[in-house]
Amino acid sequence: MISILLYILIGLSFLCFVRVVLGPSIADRMVAIEIFGILVVGICVLLVVKTGRLFLIDVAIAWILLSFIGVVTLAKYLTRKRLDE
Amino acid sequence: MNSISIILFIIGVGFDLFGCIGLIRLPDVYNRLQSATKCVTLGTCSILLGLFVQYGFTAVGIKALIAIPLLFFSSTVSAHALIRGAYKFGIKLTDKTVVDDYKELHKQRGE
Repeated sequence: MISILLYILIGLSFLCFVRVVLGPSIADRMVAIEIFGILVVGICVLLVVKTGRLFLIDVAIAWILLSFIGVVTLAKYLTRKRLDE
Repeated sequence: MNSISIILFIIGVGFDLFGCIGLIRLPDVYNRLQSATKCVTLGTCSILLGLFVQYGFTAVGIKALIAIPLLFFSSTVSAHALIRGAYKFGIKLTDKTVVDDYKELHKQRGE
């Protein structure tokens, strides 16, 4: 049961990469990367249940924080301003 | 295996599925972000809640419970920053747009 859900989530992350390849503007690609980061958190949580390796929840929390910092930095880059303005 | 947690996992993966379909199908970047961020964030929060239901008040369950508000706030804030940056970058809205209130405010500020 958990395996089926894991396969669905992995397929959905490939759908995000379809949007990264197709996306006409840079913002589309960044949206897809953000959604991919959130999906990876879900994959990590389901892997905790499936394999019983409990450190993967720490990986999920670290991935949330790193994805947040990366997306906010790229959004600041889109406004063509420096990081402290 | 707890059946409540299985139901929460299935609800979460269903929300993720609909969010990603919206990411592929909708016409411009604003609609895509509007669809994908809300659905995928709530779906992943539901998966984390299922992990908490399964493990209870152990270390893993508490970490999953902490990750829920972390994911919720960081995802919404980054989506807001991203869409504001996209508007200032000059990405056009789709042709079917009915109203664009942010345009006048944008002109008043002289940006």
